[in-house]
Amino acid sequence: MSELRTRPGAPTPPADPPAAARGTAHHGRLRLVLTRFARHRMAMTSLAVFVLTVLFAFLGPLLWPWDHTVHREILPNQPPSWEHPFGTTNAGHDVLGQLMRGTQQTLRVALTVSVLATAFGAVWGAVAGYYQGWVDAVMMRAVDVLMVVPLLVAVAAIGGNVRGGTTWWAVALIIALFSWTTIARVVRGVVLSLREQEFVEAARAAGASDARIILRHLLPHAAGPVIVAATLLVALAILLEASMSFLGFGIQAPDISLGLMIDNARTAAFTRPWLFYPPGLFIVLICLTINFIGDGLRDALDPRQTMVRR
Amino acid sequence: MTSTNHAENTVSAAAGDGTVLDVADLHVRFPTDGGHLHAVRGVSYRLRRGEALGIVGESGSGKSVAALAVMGLLPRTAQVSGSARLLGQELLGLGDAAISRVRGARIAMVFQDPLTSLNPVHTVGRQIVEAIQAHRDLPRAAARARAVELLRTVGIPQPEQRVDAYPHELSGGMRQRVVIAIAMANDPDVIIADEPTTALDVTVQAQVLEALRAARRATGAALVLITHDLGVVAGHVDRVAVMYAGRIVEAGSVDEVFSAPRMPYTLGLLGSRPRMDAARRSRLVPVPGAPPSLTQQMRGCAFAPRCPLAQPVCRDTDPPPTGQGDGHTAACHFADRLAGVRPEELFPPALATAAVPLRAAPAAADGAPLLVAEDLVKHFPVRSRGLLRRRSGEVHAVCGVSLELRARRTLALVGESGCGKSTTARLLLNLIPANRGSVRYRGQELTGLSRARMRPLRSRVQIVFQDPFASLDPRMTVFEAVAEPLRIHGRFADGGPRRVHELLRLVGLDPEHADRYPHEFSGGQRQRVGIARALALEPEVLVLDEPVSALDVSVQAGVVNLLEELQERLGLSYLFVSHDLAVVRHVADRVAVMYLGRIVETAPVERLFTAAAHPYTQALVSAVPLPDPRRERWRERIVLAGDVPSPLDPPSGCRFRTRCPTFAALSGEQRSRCVRQAPPLVEQGEGHAAACHYARARNLLRGTSTDLGQEPTQWR
Repeated sequence: MSELRTRPGAPTPPADPPAAARGTAHHGRLRLVLTRFARHRMAMTSLAVFVLTVLFAFLGPLLWPWDHTVHREILPNQPPSWEHPFGTTNAGHDVLGQLMRGTQQTLRVALTVSVLATAFGAVWGAVAGYYQGWVDAVMMRAVDVLMVVPLLVAVAAIGGNVRGGTTWWAVALIIALFSWTTIARVVRGVVLSLREQEFVEAARAAGASDARIILRHLLPHAAGPVIVAATLLVALAILLEASMSFLGFGIQAPDISLGLMIDNARTAAFTRPWLFYPPGLFIVLICLTINFIGDGLRDALDPRQTMVRR
Repeated sequence: MTSTNHAENTVSAAAGDGTVLDVADLHVRFPTDGGHLHAVRGVSYRLRRGEALGIVGESGSGKSVAALAVMGLLPRTAQVSGSARLLGQELLGLGDAAISRVRGARIAMVFQDPLTSLNPVHTVGRQIVEAIQAHRDLPRAAARARAVELLRTVGIPQPEQRVDAYPHELSGGMRQRVVIAIAMANDPDVIIADEPTTALDVTVQAQVLEALRAARRATGAALVLITHDLGVVAGHVDRVAVMYAGRIVEAGSVDEVFSAPRMPYTLGLLGSRPRMDAARRSRLVPVPGAPPSLTQQMRGCAFAPRCPLAQPVCRDTDPPPTGQGDGHTAACHFADRLAGVRPEELFPPALATAAVPLRAAPAAADGAPLLVAEDLVKHFPVRSRGLLRRRSGEVHAVCGVSLELRARRTLALVGESGCGKSTTARLLLNLIPANRGSVRYRGQELTGLSRARMRPLRSRVQIVFQDPFASLDPRMTVFEAVAEPLRIHGRFADGGPRRVHELLRLVGLDPEHADRYPHEFSGGQRQRVGIARALALEPEVLVLDEPVSALDVSVQAGVVNLLEELQERLGLSYLFVSHDLAVVRHVADRVAVMYLGRIVETAPVERLFTAAAHPYTQALVSAVPLPDPRRERWRERIVLAGDVPSPLDPPSGCRFRTRCPTFAALSGEQRSRCVRQAPPLVEQGEGHAAACHYARARNLLRGTSTDLGQEPTQWR
């Protein structure tokens, strides 16, 4: 390991060859982040696995003969075979075809929720924390109100009463509507602790606008906790989507999601494990890889974190 | 008092074996991710009974770690070796129970921060009683009586009542005195005070040092006073040890070490500190470079890379401490070459700024008023907690301050913490809105300007902050930090990168390092980045908010020199906010002294220091310790009673009257004037004005006439 953790305030030798080697890298910030990410072994492995999962979900259906719907040609209720590597269902689905479509829909929902909720929650929390006073009071009371609404009940109520409530984007929107609050709280906390710092005052003294201060100086500091919260959101969204499907408000047959697959196969866990475990495995895989990628991103974005974790 | 003490000590030292604490070859290593951090590398010293030893060093020199190792207070991960004997008993390696019997009884410690070293949920009396009963079988009532007596010894007024006070009811200075009372509770043989006054204001520092002296007198304990402040050491110890990179590099009696240092580092320290008792010299003498990293294996003398005397032998062999039998030792191969050498002769003067093309500020006649503040008032509302947040009071931070900053001049704004000087600086920059009053820049009113209207003016008046660790965004490279003002003002597209590199060179940094992050730089370098950022927009006025007070002494000088050079080359005007009178005397043309939101005195710099007219200024000047043991001993000292009153509810009339020695000496009729009427700033001649009904100019840097009679020839 060539890089050591540098103590804050540690003396810096006046001339340092590596600095010269790095060149005038002020446009190379992105490159620097990427190199540091690349050094995070778990994150890189996870990224590879995640990319494979995405390819499987989006390109797989183009190559595999069976889709996720019932086909008369399929023998129902078969264990895994060369023709149907994950077996078939009672109704006559090819489980591999279902897995591909299910992973696709689940990824769509989970990632949309995560991106929407994070973006909205971060801006909401940053604005509340930065302006304080009555702006903060009103905005955070709204968050409190949203937080005490029983999530599942609200989601189910809205999902059941909206037209198109079972398409993946509607499901994602509804889940996002109720899950940005944690992000807002996290970001507000970070902003509150930073807004009195001298570097914020320095930016103000240089004439920076509020938008610039929030975007350039405050939000980047929230990256660490926000990434953690966002990766947790991915898992939360998958679970919520499954629960919604179970209650009859999420993605519905003939369409399929990983949550729905598990739900359908919940009585088959012991008798026909090929129906139950593959979708479960994919959910775990998605959550885990997203978590490690988040870890890697957080470390790569933090300039003080020069230790390389293996 | 000190002189008699001193005499006794020389006697006991001559008598020979009065050693109470004997530290020999102490090493402390911390395992870290980057290898072992060798924080203390072979420290040895002896402390005789009743003696006061000062340990001086910069941050990271290992001075506190060495003391904590002796006390057995280091974390378990620390690897300690060597020996520390207290009255013959080895302390290192003692078990927890065994060392607890010694700690607090035979050897006691006073920590830096009185806020955290007392338990907030117990009364101070209970905490003193606890300290007594931990080591002695004393009934509660007797222990309590002893606590009251201890509080009286350390100078706490009305000890019978204060003994039942909780720590939050006492001010910082009082709390530190309570900590000293706890330390002396069991008549220890050794008291170790680790930066006991660093967190306190100068006038309070004087009280606490007085309390430490009283504690020594009452218990006869030897004192180890750890500090970075040469002035504190000069007046309060008999012997001094200078630490550098985990090692004692020079030790001897204070007079010897201060007047004839034998180690280049000591000489550098003395030369890099401006002196309050000397008129402005051309430049300070900074020590080049930075202390070495202690994680690396070191060969040779640790100071060699920064030392102008260094020869090949210095890089190969570490010099052992050597002396000439007079108790004055130095770890330097060339100690004898330093006899009679002045700091500026040893450390070659170098230009702090690099030769880069400069654009000087637009011509303004020398001394023409640039930034004028009139009758500024700022109140901060204090709100109750809870949903309604009712207004429960007001902090009167700034009350009717008027200032005039002139072109190419430096105006210093001086005062203790909480006096409103930083708030005033922010009002001048229009960073916070004023409740009343006006600020004009070249005749243009700033107060009430919208952000958009203010933006073009921002480039004319810029600010440098105190804390070089908080004032740079840790997630921005140095390049981005310096470029940001240019981007905000749309000037980056036009040769931005070149300009940033120019600015970095200008403040003495290597543009090659532009892509580094702030944490990769030392404190001094970061402060230079802050200065480069402030200069990016070619301002005419710089507001410097305590620009060097967070820096180590040897680094301070470099930054002060840089600021002075920039002022001359760029024609800048400075508002220099500081609590450090020595630096102020060095840089300022004019000084304004603030107390509780008001300016109490303003004068040209020489006049303020030689003929202060306001009692507060006089106390301030007399409280600042000088790095000169002889003068420190003979100086007249005004120790103010009490603490700064709360700005929530300032005293009526003259705000200083509650602590004023002049007020205390007045008759009842004269006093009523101070109580009823706030004194206005009255011109005393030569641009000198003081806000006191009974102002009388005094020079507190010279001794009084009686002192002169005692030792007239000692001072130059």
